[in-house]
Amino acid sequence: MRAIDRKLWRDLWHMRGQAVAIALVVMCGVGTYVMFLSTLGALRATQDDYYREYRFAEVFATLKRAPESLRARIAAIPGIERVETRVVEPVRLDMPDFPEPVSARMVSLADDAPHGLNGLHLRAGRLPLPGRADEVVVSTPFAKAHTLHPGDRFHAILNGRRQALTVVGTALSPEFVQQLRPGSAFPDPKRYGVMWMGRKALGQAYDLDGAFNDLALSLRPGADAQDVIDRVDALITPFGGLGAYARKDQLSHRFLTQELDQLGTLATLFPTMFMGVAAFLLNVVISRLVTMQREQVATLKAFGYGNGAVIAHYLKLVAMIAGSGVLGGTALGVWLGYALSGIYMEFYYFPWLRFSLQTQTVLEAAGASFAAAGAGTVVAVWRAASLSPAQAMRPEPPPRYRETLVEKLGIKRWLSQPTRMILRHIWRKPLKSALTVLGIALACGIILTGLFQRDTVGYMMNVHYGMAQREDLSVAFTEPTAYRARFDLAGLPGIEHVEAFRSVPVRLRHGHLDYRTTIRGIEPHGDLQRLLDTELRPVAMPSDGILMTDHLGKILDVRAGDRIVVEVLEGNRPLREAVVAGLVKEYLGVAAYMDLAALNRFMHEGPTISGAWLAVDHAQLQGLYARLKGLPRVAGVAERVQEIRNFNRLMDETMLFFTYVSTVFAVIIAFGVIYNSARIALTERGRELASLRVLGFTRGEIGYILLGELGILTLVAIPLGLKLGEAMCYYIAQTMQTDLFRVPVVLVPQTYAFAVAVVLISALLSGLAVRRRLDRLDLIAVLKTPE
Amino acid sequence: MPEQASPPPLSAPAPRPIFEARGLTKVYQMGEVRVEALRGVDLDLYAGELVVLLGPSGSGKSTLLNILGGLDTPTSGTVRYAEHDLTVDDDAAMTQYRREHVGFVFQFYNLIPSLTARENVALVTEISQNPMTPEEALALVGLAPRMDHFPSQMSGGEQQRVAIARAVAKRPQVLLCDEPTGALDAQTGVMVLEVIARVNRELGTTTVVITHNAVIAAMADRVVHFGDGQVVRIERNASRKAASELSW
Repeated sequence: MRAIDRKLWRDLWHMRGQAVAIALVVMCGVGTYVMFLSTLGALRATQDDYYREYRFAEVFATLKRAPESLRARIAAIPGIERVETRVVEPVRLDMPDFPEPVSARMVSLADDAPHGLNGLHLRAGRLPLPGRADEVVVSTPFAKAHTLHPGDRFHAILNGRRQALTVVGTALSPEFVQQLRPGSAFPDPKRYGVMWMGRKALGQAYDLDGAFNDLALSLRPGADAQDVIDRVDALITPFGGLGAYARKDQLSHRFLTQELDQLGTLATLFPTMFMGVAAFLLNVVISRLVTMQREQVATLKAFGYGNGAVIAHYLKLVAMIAGSGVLGGTALGVWLGYALSGIYMEFYYFPWLRFSLQTQTVLEAAGASFAAAGAGTVVAVWRAASLSPAQAMRPEPPPRYRETLVEKLGIKRWLSQPTRMILRHIWRKPLKSALTVLGIALACGIILTGLFQRDTVGYMMNVHYGMAQREDLSVAFTEPTAYRARFDLAGLPGIEHVEAFRSVPVRLRHGHLDYRTTIRGIEPHGDLQRLLDTELRPVAMPSDGILMTDHLGKILDVRAGDRIVVEVLEGNRPLREAVVAGLVKEYLGVAAYMDLAALNRFMHEGPTISGAWLAVDHAQLQGLYARLKGLPRVAGVAERVQEIRNFNRLMDETMLFFTYVSTVFAVIIAFGVIYNSARIALTERGRELASLRVLGFTRGEIGYILLGELGILTLVAIPLGLKLGEAMCYYIAQTMQTDLFRVPVVLVPQTYAFAVAVVLISALLSGLAVRRRLDRLDLIAVLKTPE
Repeated sequence: MPEQASPPPLSAPAPRPIFEARGLTKVYQMGEVRVEALRGVDLDLYAGELVVLLGPSGSGKSTLLNILGGLDTPTSGTVRYAEHDLTVDDDAAMTQYRREHVGFVFQFYNLIPSLTARENVALVTEISQNPMTPEEALALVGLAPRMDHFPSQMSGGEQQRVAIARAVAKRPQVLLCDEPTGALDAQTGVMVLEVIARVNRELGTTTVVITHNAVIAAMADRVVHFGDGQVVRIERNASRKAASELSW
């Protein structure tokens, strides 16, 4: 090995503490980047493959009842590749292991075409035999939640008839990657599932033999989806069609896409911020490290090493440090990526996971690390190498110290000599001091970004389920029902209060903008479901006009007073105009609201409701479930507490995973930065401090001079870091607005306290480490060698 | 007016000088202070001679040495080494010049602390055209047994001898020593000077030694007295004393 390369290894060993700290910073940056992007890449690739291999349909439609003969006319529409007519019905289940009401969506399977659209991925067992009305395949998550295996039996109410069903298999479908009960924001596999039965058997159960009530279509490449939808609508409207819709509006797909988009935002933003901060710190630390090697650079040059060779030497040194960080980070990122993907697999029911480490991701992360480290090195070495060697070996002229502003303010006489040294040193190199402050501040800020999501989610939950949606149970009817059903509910034992609602599926249009959602008719002056304004004060329901969430208002670009077109997607699908009465604040969902009576008038219908919100006596809950199960019109019951639990589960397992990961990383970065700042300060000023010791200063006094500076810079950095962190959180929140939820920026005092504590403790530990070295300063050696 | 040049050694009939400096000046800006380190220096140095530059600290001798060694450039004036113009501020050319022709010994040794004696020498031999092996160079300075020691494990005299080995290992034409004994006690200093004299004698390397210690002047062919940025006078010793005869 060449002598200069030996020097490299020895130098590396000598600065191992700092090298490890720097490599850890790089590792965290790269690790986050690789983790998020490989997870995102894996989920996207999996989604694509799954959709393609299992022939996920591209257009969907629901109708009341149409004869099978309509199929040929639909198939004749240009652009359609494949038509699948189905029977899809909501059913209620009676699970032997579970007292609460459970509902499911029963979907027919073509008896004659096993490779039809929305193919099933069988996880266990087999498909139902044609014509067997007692055999079903159940969705895997539902099977898991109820520990169902092939051969198990339970009862279902099919078209009002109680029927025993045997599980013959469990399966996944691209149509139900996210299994959400309509109207519910979070999956709840214990209370809602999907199951499949042979087409003929299900058709017979619902008097739809030779007829269908649901369509799934695939399109030829290049087909105009909207044109197909319009033509399909024209054909099915006479049969009670509810409006065909494209894949982008399909419930599971839309949620999946939005969550992946949101993950995508986080997956880009978060690691970019981490990589950016890590790269910045790397650059600062490396350039200061190299600057301290000024004398060695001069010696190498004196013996005939050229600038290129010297720069290459230090680049190698830095590449070793950054390279080990990149390697470690990639390994860590892959490991965490597997873990994170695994967590997502719990929610998105994919049959497999296409996890692969994308070369591009690693190259990007490595490129950013090497570029930052390389730039810091080249600049610093160039500065040292461009001096003539004689000049570089000569002691630097006494640095120009000045009285600082603080001293000039006239408080000088209260400052001790060491304190003046600290202040003047900070003042002398304002840029360097500023960079140290900025580095610590960024490290502090990044801690907030990790924790803010937890704080925010807590706040959102509190607003949504504490202030707006306050019912204990919500009951949905199988179909719109006369208002008096409300009184039937109110008469049940244990029910304290009932508020009815009407839900109408609609497409809202304003100009060229449109959005498919639901208008909820609610009872005025209700207490269980309240609408809030931006200040979170309850809003009175106007007797006319539509209220909508601010997010929907933004999507449709409407303000209070604007007129919009409402295309009703049920019944005879009237097209009407309505006035936007105002906007309300909601963090979850994209809903529109009307006064219940006004909505009934708007629909030209009598007093009609789709369900009700209930306040109940918790002591009687179990009995109430049994009674509700017995009501034929009840399609499903949701418990608010359960929704909160479901949400928390989702949050715990996904968001909080990376809250923890990113917090740990942020803490490592903070420590790495502060430790390096302290170590470099020690090396830069070791001689000066040793001289002071020779002059009779105590260890404590020189410790104060060195660490006092770090202390002041840290204290300046903390408030700045908190502000920077807030700004980063706002930026994250801004880029995370989706239909599913909007993220307010909420940071609780504990989060600030945690960030501050991490920085202070890092500073303290670094201070102690440096203090130990200060105690071992070799005074004689220092005086014998030149500066 | 000081004597400008003295006749060459008796044995060599009027050889061309290998260094020619004319009207050299050098001005530094040290912090807020302007320092005139050289104020018009004319000097010729001849192949194979051992020259001592003698003068108080701050008299400009280090500055001259740095310029001769291509470590620094003059503010004005000309300086030439054989065919090399040393006034040009061309980093690549200067690097090449140092690499091929010059060996340095510094007052504070400037060893690379992370390399052993042998490796410090190898650092230079690896980039030289026709070097001796590090072992030979270290044997020349009497350090063969200490080759694998790190600088921190050696005394000051030993470190300085490593520095000399490092300087001469590439068989330079010129050996420039800046206060080579400045950080050493007399006994160790003499040992170091012996090594320098030996290199000069055995390898025929033109050697320039800077010192403020007048005793050392006795070992030189010529002594150049420096004062206040100028050559004050140049003396020729009738005979060179062996380094071992020196004491202070």
